[in-house]
This record gives sequence, C-alpha cells and structure tokens, in this order.
Amino acid sequence: MNVLAKSMIFSVGLTLVFTLVANLLPQVEGEAPVEEEVDLGSLTMDDFVTLGESLFMGKGTCTLCHKPAPLGRAPDIQGDNMVEVAKERLVDPRYQGKATSPEAYIRESMVDPSAYVVAGWGKKGSNDSESPMPHVDKPPTALSGLEMDAIIAWLEAKDGNEITVALPTMEASAEVAVVAPAGGGLPAPAATPEEAVTKYGCQACHTLLGSSASLGPALDDVGDRLEPEQIRQSIIAPDAVITEGYTSGVMPQDFAGKMTVQELEMIVKLLAEQKQ
Amino acid sequence: MSNDMSGRISWPAIFSGRLWTLLLVVMLTVAGAQTVAQAASHGMGSADSAEKRIAPVGRVQVEGQPLIEEAAAASAPEAPEPLAAPQPQRKDYPNIGVSSRAVVWIAAQMHLFFGALVLAVPLFVLVIELTGLVTKDERYDDMAHEFMKISLVGFSITAIFGGTLALALFLLYPDFMGYMMRVFGVQWLWYAALFFVESFFLYTYYYGWNALRYGNKKWVHLTLGLMLNAAGMTIMVLANSWATFMMAPSGVSETGVVTGSIWEIMKGPLWNPINLHRFIANIGFGGAVVGAYAAFKFLSTRDPKLRAHYDWMGYTSNFIAILAFLPLPFAGYWLMAEIYAYSQQMGITAMGGILAWLFIVQAVLIGTILLAGNFYLWSGMSRTEGSVRYQWMIKYIAVILVICFLTWMTPHTLILSAREISVLGGSHHHILGPLGIMPAKNIAVNLMLIVTFLSFQLYRRSDKVAVVPWASAANACMVAIYLVAIANIIFVGVYYGYFTNTVYKVGSSVIQVASTLVVIISGLVIDGFLYKGAKRLPSHWGQVSDRSQYALFALPIAFTWLMGLMGYVRSSVKTHWHVYTVMKDNSPDNFIPTIGYAGNMITLVTILFLLFVLFMFWIANLSSTRQTRPTTAEGGAVA
Ligand code: HEC
Ligand code: HEM
Repeated sequence: MNVLAKSMIFSVGLTLVFTLVANLLPQVEGEAPVEEEVDLGSLTMDDFVTLGESLFMGKGTCTLCHKPAPLGRAPDIQGDNMVEVAKERLVDPRYQGKATSPEAYIRESMVDPSAYVVAGWGKKGSNDSESPMPHVDKPPTALSGLEMDAIIAWLEAKDGNEITVALPTMEASAEVAVVAPAGGGLPAPAATPEEAVTKYGCQACHTLLGSSASLGPALDDVGDRLEPEQIRQSIIAPDAVITEGYTSGVMPQDFAGKMTVQELEMIVKLLAEQKQ
Repeated sequence: MSNDMSGRISWPAIFSGRLWTLLLVVMLTVAGAQTVAQAASHGMGSADSAEKRIAPVGRVQVEGQPLIEEAAAASAPEAPEPLAAPQPQRKDYPNIGVSSRAVVWIAAQMHLFFGALVLAVPLFVLVIELTGLVTKDERYDDMAHEFMKISLVGFSITAIFGGTLALALFLLYPDFMGYMMRVFGVQWLWYAALFFVESFFLYTYYYGWNALRYGNKKWVHLTLGLMLNAAGMTIMVLANSWATFMMAPSGVSETGVVTGSIWEIMKGPLWNPINLHRFIANIGFGGAVVGAYAAFKFLSTRDPKLRAHYDWMGYTSNFIAILAFLPLPFAGYWLMAEIYAYSQQMGITAMGGILAWLFIVQAVLIGTILLAGNFYLWSGMSRTEGSVRYQWMIKYIAVILVICFLTWMTPHTLILSAREISVLGGSHHHILGPLGIMPAKNIAVNLMLIVTFLSFQLYRRSDKVAVVPWASAANACMVAIYLVAIANIIFVGVYYGYFTNTVYKVGSSVIQVASTLVVIISGLVIDGFLYKGAKRLPSHWGQVSDRSQYALFALPIAFTWLMGLMGYVRSSVKTHWHVYTVMKDNSPDNFIPTIGYAGNMITLVTILFLLFVLFMFWIANLSSTRQTRPTTAEGGAVA
C-alpha cells in the first residue's frame, strides 16, 4: 500500500475513534428555556407551585448550583426547609437585609444575593461579603416577578409550609413587570424605544420585540392594524377601545402619568413600525 | 500525482500559480475590506434610520428657522443616539433549509484551523531561523524556509475561508452581525488593513529568504519576520476579542448600548486568558501539522540523506508541539478560573452541566497526544546507542501514563443513561461534575505531564555524556526534585480531593501546577549546565522505525479534533445567547447540540481540514518538481 493511502487510513481511522467516543457518551441536548404560557384566568395554586418547581429545575437554572450536599455548589435549598432556614437567617446578627418574613428573605436572596451571604458560600476572597449567585431577575436568567413568586410558592409548599405568596391577578402580573426597576428615585428616562418598552414592561403581556406573551394582544404586527394615533390612544387610555377577545382593566391605566412625552412618542413610533 | 500530471504543470505555470495565489489574497482582502466598508455603512444606515425612529415627534420647528431643541434639552445630553442590542425573533433569521449554525460552524472552524496554522508557523520559523544564525548551522535556515514553504498556501486558504465565514455570517445572522459591526465599529477596518500588512510581510519574508541570507541583510530578513509575526499576533488578538465579547461582554450596558470605548469593549475579562491559551495552542497545533508533513516525506522515500533530513524535521516539529503542549493545561485552567470568576453560572455550565461529558472526550484527546508524543520520543531513542542507559525506564513511564490516562477519563461512578439524566432535570453532574476540576483528577494530569517531560529529558540526554565533576550530584538533585514533586502532587490532590469540600477547587490545583512547572524548569536549567561541553555520542538521523512516524500523524489529528471540541464548549457555554446577557439567540439553533452531534461535526471539519492540508502540501511540492525535458524519441509525436 502506498504511503498516502496508509497515512490517510490511519488518520481517518483515528478521527473515527474520537467520533465513536463522543457518540457513546450519553446524548443530552441543552434546550433553550421555553417561555411558559401561563393562563392566569384558570391558574390554581397547585399549578402555580408546579410552575415554580419547573422554573427551579429549568429556566431558573437554580439546580446548577443548588443541589444535595456533596455535589452542590450552594446551600441545598431543595433539601432544606427553606422557610425554617429563612427564619434562622432573619435572626442571625450578621443579617443586614431588609426582609422581615421568610417570603421576603427568599425573594431578596434572588434579586439581591449579596444582601446576606450564607457563611462559607461567599465568593472566594470576599470573606462572605459577596455572593456568587447571579441576580436571577437579570439576564442571563431574567426571571419575572411572577416567576420568582412561583418559585417561592414551591419552596414553601414542598415542605408543607403555608404558601404566603398570593396567586397572581391580572393587574398584579402587569404591575410586577412594571415595577421592575427597584430602588428609590425616579428612573432615568429611556433613551431608545427598546429601552422604553423594557422599562414599562410591555413585553410582560404582549408579544413584541422577541417576547411572546398572550395576556394582551400581540403587538408585533400592530403597525398593520392600527394608525399611530390609535396606538397612542391605546397606551394613554387603554380601555377606550378594546381589542376583540380581551377584557378591559387589564392593561395599566397610568402610563400616561408615568411616561415622558418622548418615551411615549418613541414607543408609538416603534409600534407603528411593527408590521408582519 | 502521476508524471503526466506534474508534466502539465511546468515551472512558469507554477510561478503564475503563485501569482494567482497572491492575486487571490489581494482580491479577497480588497473584497473583505469592501464587505467591511459596506457593512460599516450599512451599520451607519441603520443608525440613521434608528435616529429617525427615535427622533421625538414633538419637535418644534418654525418654517425656515432652525429646530427648537427643547425635546433634546429635556433628555439627558447624549452625543450619538445609543442603541440597545437588537432582539430578533425567530422569523428574522433567514432560513436556508439547512442549519445555519452548521454552515457557520464549518466555515468558522476551517478559518480558525488555517488561521491558527499560519499564525503559528512564522512564529517558530523565526525562532528556528534565529537558531540557525546563532549556531551558524545552515540546516536550520533551510528547514525554517521549508516550513514556510509548506504553509504558504495556507494563507490563501485562510483568507478564502475567512471570506466565506464573513459572508455566511452576514447572510445568516444579519441582526447579530449588524450589532457586532456597531459595537466594534472601526476595529473591523484595522482588521482588514492588517491583512494587507500581513500579506506584505509574508511575501517579502518568504520570497526574500535567499536574497537576504547573510550578514546585515539577514537582520533585515529577521526584521521582516518579526513584523510578519507582529501583524499576525495583532490579527489574532483582535479576532479573539469578538469571541470573548460574545462570552463576557464589556463596554456595553445591560441592554447592549455601547457605553465604553473600543478598548473597553475589547478588554473583557476573558480576553487575555483566551489570547494566551490560543497563542500557545496555535504553536502546538502548527508544530503538529508540519510534523505530519515531515513524517509523510520520511515514509515516502528510501534515500538515506532525505530520510535523515525529514527525520530531523519531524523531530523538531514534535519538539515544538510537545513543548507548547506542556503549559497548555495551565493556560486552560487560568481561562476556566476566569470564566468562573466572571460568572459561576457559566463556569458550572461548562464543567458541570451537560458539557461535563465533553471533558471525557477532551481527556481521550489529550491522552492521545501525550501517548503519541511519548511514543515518538521513545522510538527516537534508537537513533543513538547512548540511549541504552535509559531504556529500562520507558516501561515504567508507559505504565504511569496509561494508569493516569485511565484515571483521568473514567468517571468514578457508574455512568447514567441519557434518559436518567434528563429525568434528573438538566442537572446531572453529580456523576461527572467534580471530574473536570477536582484536584484528585488533577493528580493524573500533572503526573502525565511530568513523565512526558521525563521522556523528553531522557531523550535529550541519550546522546550525551556529562563531563562536569558534579554530574552525579546534579543527577541526585534532579531525581529528588522529581520525587518531591510527584509526592507533593499526590498529597495535595488527595488532601483537597477527599478532606475538604470547597466550592473553589480550581485554585487548589495551583500547588500541583507549581510542582509540575518546577520540575520542567529545573530540568531544563540543570541539564543546560550539566551538558555544557558534554561528550556527544554518535547519533544517526533517519535511523528510526517507520511505525514511529504514525505518532506524527496522530498528533495533528488529535490536536485538530481537540481544537474543534473546545470551540464547541466555548460557543455552548453562552447557552441561548448570541452575546451573553445582552443579545438573545432566538434562531432555531439556539440549543446546545448533543456531544454526538458535535462529534460528527468536528469529524467533518477535521477531515475537511485534512484534505485541504494535503492540498497545501501538494502545492508546496509542486514547486520543487521539475519535469524532465522530453527526449526526441518521446517527443516524436509532437515533432
Ligand atoms: C451560580 C450558582 C447559583 C445559581 C444558578 C443559583 N444560586 Fe442561589 N445561591 C447560590 C449560592 C452560592 C448561595 C449562598 C450564598 C448566598 O447566600 O448568597 C445561594 C443562596 C440562595 C438562597 C439563600 C439560601 C440560604 O440558605 O439562605 C436562596 C433562597 C437561593 N439561593 C435561591 C436560588 C434560586 C431560586 C435560584 C434559581 C432561580 C438560584 N438560587 C440560583 C448560588 C446559586
Ligand atoms: C483542563 C484544561 C483546559 C481547559 C479548561 C481548556 C479550555 C479551553 C477553552 C474554553 C477553549 C476555547 C475554545 C475556543 O476559543 O475556540 C480552548 C481552546 C483550545 N484548547 Fe483548551 N483547555 C484546556 C486544556 C487544553 C489542553 C491540555 C490542550 C492541549 C492540546 C488544549 C487545546 C486547546 C486548543 C487547540 C484550543 C483551540 C485554540 C484556538 O481556537 O485557537 N486545551 N480550551
């Protein structure tokens, strides 16, 4: 056999060995999180708890770190009774956070992990002053307020504690999204239409700019349906005209008071351009 | 490659073939620059329309008078309108019937393979050339020239795949590329300009080799080589910044609005670790590929003179590949530690999530590289009689290597099936999680590196006899260093592996790494002094088994595959993001493919690479093939 053939057979053969190894291993696909469609109209507390569990295991990526002892990279909040643990945390003299109830403590742990760092679990070199846990309300996890509530509900329910979070009402779910930029003071006016849309949480209820939500009518084609003037009206006075199939009173009524004129105009302009 | 074939391509044709290559590079570069310019203006175009979109409707303007800037005054003073990263929806991604990701994957990987190759070769060529100058041994100079020759076509291939990649990206991921263009802006122009600079130095360096061979002119030539490398390095670090920006964006706001200078954008937390890791890996990779050329030529000839030459060339290539390889895991650890520091979530996704399995494959590949490298060194001992002194150690080294290799790649609990894993809810690493970073596993890695260095050291010693009076003291010292280092590595590994349980095990391997480095450095230093003016035993280049040459094929194959595999990790840890935390990937391919799928893709690109490398070598050989003048008898038909 000539050298070329021999060396090619050898090389390709070795490549195939590597391929074989890769194919013998368990084959797991890492799905991108799918936005769960929550029908608030018929949601029961059981559904809500189940939603919380699946968020904990899936989109929340909590189990990446929170898992049983020898394997975990964070406290085992799945195994522990989180409500009891939270009570201990609240009376710990090291506790400096703002929470006063277990529910609030858990929420605080998610949105401001460094408010209290469980001893021994802080970032290396930070002497337990900084938590390695991500702010789960921010990208890449980006859980909504509703989703965090669901997780809290599950954490409470799994050990037979009373569930303290309220089932989301339609208004509340919109509110949660709107209130997002926490912290005192007036939020700075949005600089771009996209920012304005994010700031007022339009995507929590509407399909728009990559979101998919069905609480309100989809807006990714609104430019086809409405004139800019009608769009403006729908934001300032949502209930003046109601799209077929949706109920009044769901969309927040106070945008007119909150938005700057520029923000309103940017959003109107942006929406008018949303054509299929 | 029949006579007939080489007959058709005569000298002038080859020459013009090279001209064509040159022309092609120039054309592609021009085309590339145009694409960039177009894309830049496209970026500006969209900025324009965005500005119009954002322009407050409430602007007041009296006809014929300038604008009354009250709306602008009301908002914060902002120079150019900032823009958030686009959030395309699935329908915004062009659908071409086959997976866009697969297309980009192939183009990007081919571009990267060849890019790595042509970046690395001039680097060690320059070092070899310098060695030739210092030792006044012209064989080095000729070998350096030959290395350049065989990788020359690689530059054109790199450019061709670079163009293909850019085209594929702009066509298939328009929103993403639009955003990247906006973020990196003028940097793309530097990149394009650097291609010209690199081409200039490449051709003057290569074609000027014999014209600038001696005396002061040699220094001019070396300077050209230095400039070529400077251009190449700059190109690499620029391109690296795109990859690291996608993993750990810096210089932009949470929504992707550009807030920092281009320097802040480039200098993300992962930039330097990737720069270092790629720099070292490229050298190893380049060495491995040219080694295959030498092995091929060695096997193809029976001429003892040629065999001696190619044996030496193969040895040098292997030397480069293994030497670059040794520090690579450490650079890898640094990279991984920085990833953890940037985002623990990302670090765990890489080392503990679905991707944890991948590190088994990585272990197989690195094991292959180490075994092949060692095997080659052992075979090479047959070149000198002096090696009998050390040959008894080979079997122990081999046993240690194999045990460590198996320890490293076998998970310590039973492997779960894929079904069981998915039932566990996406977090299945309690089997393999500790594998990648656990210090106990690091024992194996470090021991493998140490014994590989031992093989290397024995090989280097085999044709020499030390004459200094303190030789036995030095040897005792060397043995002691080995023993202490090995004991230390095992102790630290066991201690951290079984008696502590901290979240941060990455850092704990530092002691082990330090031990390994101490062995390598002290080994080099001690031998340097010990064998100064040592008695040389006769050694015979070319006197090596044919079988040993296959190690030189295994090396580049494993390196290439490894590179492809690591590219898969790097890209996958971003999960469903184009730019992590800033720009979501909503394309149909926004999931992490299975390791099997990735393996098939990697094999595909590896074989493609193999074919193109064959082509590159073939072209290189054409230039030294000369058709013999047809005799009258044969040429009768023509006459
Ligand atoms: C990257 C790893 C990581 C991820 C992902 C993560 N956490 Fe954590 N979490 C930690 C660490 C480490 C701590 C302990 C330090 C601290 O108190 O902040 C912690 C603490 C907590 C605590 C307080 C525990 C206690 O004992 O006081 C709660 C509650 C919590 N996490 C909930 C969650 C939820 C819910 C998610 C998913 C949405 C999540 N975490 C995702 C790492 C993580
Ligand atoms: C445990 C240690 C290591 C870790 C965690 C690690 C991690 C990584 C990562 C994340 C990348 C980025 C991939 C990319 O940018 O395309 C990479 C690239 C690479 N690694 Fe490693 N690596 C390690 C050790 C090694 C070793 C021992 C080798 C030996 C050959 C190696 C060879 C490569 C190569 C060839 C590349 C591609 C370089 C390039 O794209 O230019 N790595 N590694």
